Amino acid sequence: MPPLARAIDVSRRYGDVLALDRVSLDVNPGEIVGLLGPNGAGKSTLLNLLAGLRRPTSGKAELFGGDPRDPSRRRRLGVTPQETGLPSTLRVAECVQFVAKHFADPVPTKELLDRFGLCEVAGRQTGGLSGGQKRRLAVALAFVGRPRLVLLDEPTTGLDVTARRALWDAIREFPGKDSAVLLTSHYLEEIAALAGRVVVLGSGRVLADDTVASVRDLVALRRVSMLAAEIPQLSGVVAQQRQDGRVELMTADSDSLVRQLVSSGAAFSELEIHAASLEEAFLTLTSATKSSEQ
Amino acid sequence: MSLVLTHARYQFLETIRIPVAVIGTMFFPAASMIFFVVPAVGDNAAAATFATGSMVVFATSTSCLFNYGIGVSEDRAQPWDPFVRTLPAGSFPRFAGRILNGTGFLVLSFLPVLVVAAVATEATATAPQILLGIGALLAGAVPFTLMGLTIGYLLPSKAALAVAQLLFFPLAFGGGLMSAPGRAPGWVEPISPYLPTRGTAELLWSAVGDRTPDTLAVSMLGAWTVVLAVVATFAYRRDEGRRYS
Repeated sequence: MPPLARAIDVSRRYGDVLALDRVSLDVNPGEIVGLLGPNGAGKSTLLNLLAGLRRPTSGKAELFGGDPRDPSRRRRLGVTPQETGLPSTLRVAECVQFVAKHFADPVPTKELLDRFGLCEVAGRQTGGLSGGQKRRLAVALAFVGRPRLVLLDEPTTGLDVTARRALWDAIREFPGKDSAVLLTSHYLEEIAALAGRVVVLGSGRVLADDTVASVRDLVALRRVSMLAAEIPQLSGVVAQQRQDGRVELMTADSDSLVRQLVSSGAAFSELEIHAASLEEAFLTLTSATKSSEQ
Repeated sequence: MSLVLTHARYQFLETIRIPVAVIGTMFFPAASMIFFVVPAVGDNAAAATFATGSMVVFATSTSCLFNYGIGVSEDRAQPWDPFVRTLPAGSFPRFAGRILNGTGFLVLSFLPVLVVAAVATEATATAPQILLGIGALLAGAVPFTLMGLTIGYLLPSKAALAVAQLLFFPLAFGGGLMSAPGRAPGWVEPISPYLPTRGTAELLWSAVGDRTPDTLAVSMLGAWTVVLAVVATFAYRRDEGRRYS
């Protein structure tokens, strides 16, 4: 089966800012693909291009084999609004019905509300919903038109653990063998819970496109830091910098690094080892990719 | 077509559930009738008819400025707008629905004026006169619709509110809507034909009363319509380019 959505060498510029830099990506039927990256990495821009909201500066975005800006290409596309943007005076069921009017064969309102646990608040205005209920409604709206491709931008940001898990279940149940989900997140945990495939974006570029397990290894970095005047060449160091007299080393395997350090006989003190945050891991990955190209 | 109606219907629901919007739309024009027109000219059939026409134009211009000006600029700031853009419909139904909804509010804004006129004044009009009046009003509402759209697409919502508030009263007063035809204070009469409110009022006065519309005022109304159509198109395209290109 052909890909449901494709980005082919897509770049997008906003004024001086290059939000996407020659990104290529296929979303195939049957997949849940996670787009992972820190804020400003280009995740939302990529979704906007695939949803037809924006035009690529160069390259091509395709949806079901055509231009996403052509409304007829979006008949089997589901998108979530930001929950802050729900019309506050419309009732929950009205929001669903409004969206349903745009599709040929929508899911019946009651069935949809039931699936997302919103039946009890069907008659309530969205302005009076809790954050979690708004988020669930926003995600539910993406599924109204029986989509084959669903784009979810940060589907569970700001939800508590129980609400997050409930929503994950609803998303996981969805894709059959001819449909797919593309979701963004800046939590690896969220992507690991939902997606089989992870695309890591950093500074507008694809840094990795792989299984959850390999990406986890890639981004599960540790920061080993110590006071030292000089340190020998060590293997497994992804990045190295000096700050306030401390040497900071980023590595995937801190155990091996420490062993090498000790056996080298180099003088050091105040050794500290921390798990690097995802942001730090991204920064390291981004700069590593850049320097390897130079 | 059914999608246009859908968009109009839900936009109408969104607005009508905000009590202030309804009061602003329906209460103030009717209140102006009760406090100014009824005591002053209520028992003079011809004068009351002209004054009712003036108040209908006042209600219409105000409703357009606020409904489109503030409605559009607020919607532009909401993430709901881009979400609706991703539905398989294009931008036409939302825009057409907005015009339909705005026209609905326009009618809501002057209906109470007509009710007060019928109940509390000697104002009269025959059925053909009323039909002609509706036609005159729909034509005369176009420049105000365009003015509201321009404000809405050009300005952020706080600025749009301020500009609408700055404009609506000078337009009404300067257009001579607060006085009988030709009886406005000295400095108003010379400028009033150049304001679109006067042109629309001339059309409406002539539809329901014994009067020939002032040529200058009606030509200026045409000129306003053309100029505002150009400006509103520019504002719309600029907004499209900023948010969706």
